[in-house]
Parts: sequence; C-alpha cells; structure tokens
Amino acid sequence: MSEAILERSANAQTVTDASAKPAWTDALRHILTIAKREVSGYFASPIAYVFIVIFLLLSGFLTFMVAGFFEHGQANLLSFFAWHPWLYLFLVPAVGMRMWSEERRLGTMELLLTMPITPWQAIVGKFLASWLILALALALTFPLVITVNYLGHPDNGVIFTGYLGSLLLAGAYLSIAAMTSAMTRNQVVSFILSLVVCLFLILAGWPPVTDLLTQWASPWFVQTIAAFSVVTHFDGLQVGVIDSRDVLFFLSVILFSLFTTSVILRAHRAG
Amino acid sequence: MHIRRTNLGSMVTVRNLKKSFGAKWAVDGVSFTVQVGEVLGFLGPNGAGKSTTMRMLTGFIPPSEGEITVGGFSMLEDPIPAKRLIGYLPENAPSYTDMTVLGFLRFAAELRGLRGEANKRAVHRVVEMCFLEPVIHQSIETLSKGYRHRTCFAQSIIHDPQVLVLDEPTDGLDPNQKHEVRTLIRKMGESKAIIFSTHILEEVEAACSRAIIIDRGQIVANGTPEELKQRSTYAGAVTLRIADGSVAQVRQKLEQIPAVAKCAVLSTTPVALRAFATNNGRDLARAIGELAAAERWKIEELHTEEGRLDEVFRSITLPETKREGNP
Repeated sequence: MSEAILERSANAQTVTDASAKPAWTDALRHILTIAKREVSGYFASPIAYVFIVIFLLLSGFLTFMVAGFFEHGQANLLSFFAWHPWLYLFLVPAVGMRMWSEERRLGTMELLLTMPITPWQAIVGKFLASWLILALALALTFPLVITVNYLGHPDNGVIFTGYLGSLLLAGAYLSIAAMTSAMTRNQVVSFILSLVVCLFLILAGWPPVTDLLTQWASPWFVQTIAAFSVVTHFDGLQVGVIDSRDVLFFLSVILFSLFTTSVILRAHRAG
Repeated sequence: MHIRRTNLGSMVTVRNLKKSFGAKWAVDGVSFTVQVGEVLGFLGPNGAGKSTTMRMLTGFIPPSEGEITVGGFSMLEDPIPAKRLIGYLPENAPSYTDMTVLGFLRFAAELRGLRGEANKRAVHRVVEMCFLEPVIHQSIETLSKGYRHRTCFAQSIIHDPQVLVLDEPTDGLDPNQKHEVRTLIRKMGESKAIIFSTHILEEVEAACSRAIIIDRGQIVANGTPEELKQRSTYAGAVTLRIADGSVAQVRQKLEQIPAVAKCAVLSTTPVALRAFATNNGRDLARAIGELAAAERWKIEELHTEEGRLDEVFRSITLPETKREGNP
C-alpha cells in the first residue's frame, strides 16, 4: 500500500494538492473548463456561425423592412427589440437543443459525470457557454446603436435596459432549452419541446391572448397567467425601467429550469 | 497526504450492491474487493449486470442499495474525492467527436485538476503510451475505431489513477491492438487496482490476477483463473494416444485405475482416449504412464488437461439466456 502511494507520480500529487484549495475556486475552474470546451464546440461546428449570421440577418430584416425603423422617424430601438421574443423563439432552442441531448447520444455524459465534478458545475458551465454565444450575437448588433446615435439623440439608458432585457430573455429561453435537451437524446424532440414551452411563456402575456382571456375569465386570473409571461417582464425593460421584479423573474426562470435540468439528469441516471 | 483510508489493503470495496430497473434487478447483491496490484476480470454474458456494476462503481448511476468505497471514500456520501482516484473507460469508449485528440485530452486533464505544465506532461505521457502521436491534431470524428478507443483509454489514465475501471477495453480492436491493451493492463496492474469487464475468456487468462463471473446480477464464481479452471471437468483429465492396440481393451484397463472417473474415446485408429479424473489430482498421468509401461503400449501422446475456462463459464452461467443486450 505505502509503495503504491510512493509510486504515484507528480500528476497525482497535483490532484491531491488541488483538493486542498477552497472548494469554490475548484468549482469555478471546473465551470470555466466546461464552458471553454462548450464554446470551442460551438465554433468547431457551424452552429455558432450559422446562428450569429441568421440572427443578424433576421433581426435586420424585421427591424428595417417589416417594422419600418426609418419610417417611424424615432431615435429608439423599440422596433428592434419588439421582435426578440419571437425571433428567439426559434433561434434559442436551436442553439440549446444539443446541450444535453448530444451528451446522451454520444455517451459522453457518462464520461463527464464520472469526472471529479458536481453535476451542477457541468450544468452551469454548459449553460453559460451557450448564453455567451447568444450574448455575442446580440453584441454584434452594435451598428444599430451607432446608427440611432448618428441619426438622432436617443436615450442610451433605454437602449441599455433594452439590451439587458433581451439578454435575460435569451437566457430564460436557453435555460428551458437546456431542460428539454436533458429529457431526450433526440435533438429534434428537444427543439420542439422547448419551442412549445417558450411559446406558452410568450402567449400567456401577449396582448391578443390576454384580451381574449379577459372576455370570459376574471381579471386576477388573467393577470396571474400574464405574470408568468416573458412578454410582460420584457416590455418593462424596453421602456427603460429596471424593475427588480422583472430581472428577478428572468433569473428565477433560469434558476428553476437549471434546477429542473439537474433533477431530470439525476432521474435519468437513476434509471 | 490527505487521503483517509478506512480499509487498508483494499482499494475498492463493494458491499451488497443492488440496482433495479423497474421490476427487474439488474444487479442483485454483488460484493467484492480489489487491492492495489490486482487486476480483476469481470466476466459474464451480455446483460448480466457488468456495465451497471461499473457505472455504479464510478458514480455515474446511484445504486438502489449497497455501499461502494474507493480509497476509503464512500462513493455515495463523498463522491468527489472517490471519483478523483478513479480512471474510467465507459462502454463503447465515448468522446467529444468535435474535438481534436489533443483538445480532448487537455480537457480531461483539466477536469482532473491538472493545469499548465502538469497538464502538458500528462497529455504527452498518455499520447506516448497509447500511440496517439500520428493523430493528435485530428478531429476525433475523423478517426478509426481503434484510435477513438485508444483516445478514450488515454483519457482514463491521464491522471495516473490508483483505480482503473475499464468496460470492455478491447472491444472493437484488432488482434494487435488487443494484445497491446492487455500488455498495458497487466503492466499497470502492478501498481494500481484494475477492474475490467470482458466477454473474451482468453483475455482473463492473459491479463487477470483474479476473475469474477457474474450472471443475472449475481456473482457466481470468484477466484484466480487457475482456480476457476479447476472447476472444469477437464481439469486433470489425461489424453492418451497410442500407436496400436484395441480401443475396448485399453479403455477397460484405464477404467480399472481408481482415480479414473470415466473414459471417453476420441478415436479408434490411432487409439486415442481421454480419462477424466475423480479428484482434480495431477497424479493421474503418472498412473496411466505406469500402466502403459506395464502393458507395453507405444505411447504417442500423453498429456494432462488444464481445464477450460469456457466450459466453466458455460456450465455456471445459465444457457439459453432470455435477456436483451446491456441495459
């Protein structure tokens, strides 16, 4: 036994040393390692490029051609952000659908979860990596900010909260896609499931639907349902109001979905 | 050295391990220990519970009942330090196919807490050990099955673990690669506790210091390959071939020897018989030799059988198994 310990190489020594450090730095390192791998995975395949290009093209088309950005003659980005709940509805599940289903299909989940890391570190690392891709695509719409600033005098505070809202919305959708991708090894099933859940979160607070509901349901019921909608909380941020409740709503959707992801993964492993 | 050890001597302890999938018990009360310096072969028909046992041992799936201790750490209560001690090659050797071999190995080393110079050294070491040099910058999806397998194997030994769990490590390899892997396992077994599953019996004889045969989730045999072979009816049997004489006469003479349980005729011209021993003693050959000398038989062949592992395997695992593939 003692011989075996002596025979352990410098490598094994490093592993023992690493365990002596505080747990949170270890956790952070693991999350970063996994996130780094995930981001490089997105760029190794065409997914990241396709997503970014399509997002930019579609948001440009919707803003300028459909919403009539120039015809409004207003120095704001409302006509840009208004489309995001619908644009993300298709694009975000497409980015998130492979997150766990691919791990299940390839069998790498067995490899990942037998590493000396907690499932939470893997879930958070993978989520943050995909969110970073979405944030990158969103950041690449910066010419629009330059344009409105060149053409007029917009309230850049409102533009900032608009971007914040859009980023949180993308994160909320993405966490739902993470959850549904943990349910199946089939990416198409994962895509459709998350699309349906996200669609519900839009429709619950979308004016045409809430107007319809008010005709036969009591107002408190309609309001309760609408409170679950991303649209209700997204709109607040579009007019420049950072209401902590709106931010909390998106963060709790993300936390809840990631927690559910961990429950699904555990249930899957337990058989 | 911060490693606690509650059970000195055995690196891996598994006690009364059970796992049910629905109403079916995939693993039903498995207990064993593995020490450093031991190579334990896990044998069994498909669906016997080998992979499920290994998945529980490595902390991938939680057991329904039972205890697993690795290096003194409980896999259920304190999984991270237990997992740190284990290197694992899952069934079918999965890997991130969109990565290069180098990227994948660096990633695995990083998750094992190896950074900077230590990471580079570790990757370099396993690339050399597993002969991955020619494909190191290639994306894994472009590799042949043998290379993919070795890449995943390299990942399992990247932190020079004290415990190595290998689920069918030679599956899908060509005979040369199989030989290399077996040699590697035997060599590493001197300083590690190794558990590997296989359904190739010659592998057990080639690489294992001990073998466990598992069937329907239960251990049906546990011993060294030699001990297991002793269970064979062939163990200690003597094959005799002589140039002339009558089969019936020779048979009659042989059956008069007290240690001979029964005699089987292998061929009549030339006369060849096999005498099965009553007790697995090695003195049967001498008794037959003396008889032959007295009878002046012209012996062409006389040898003692060692016992056959495949026969033992077939006789203790149930034939005509109505099971599906591995769960």
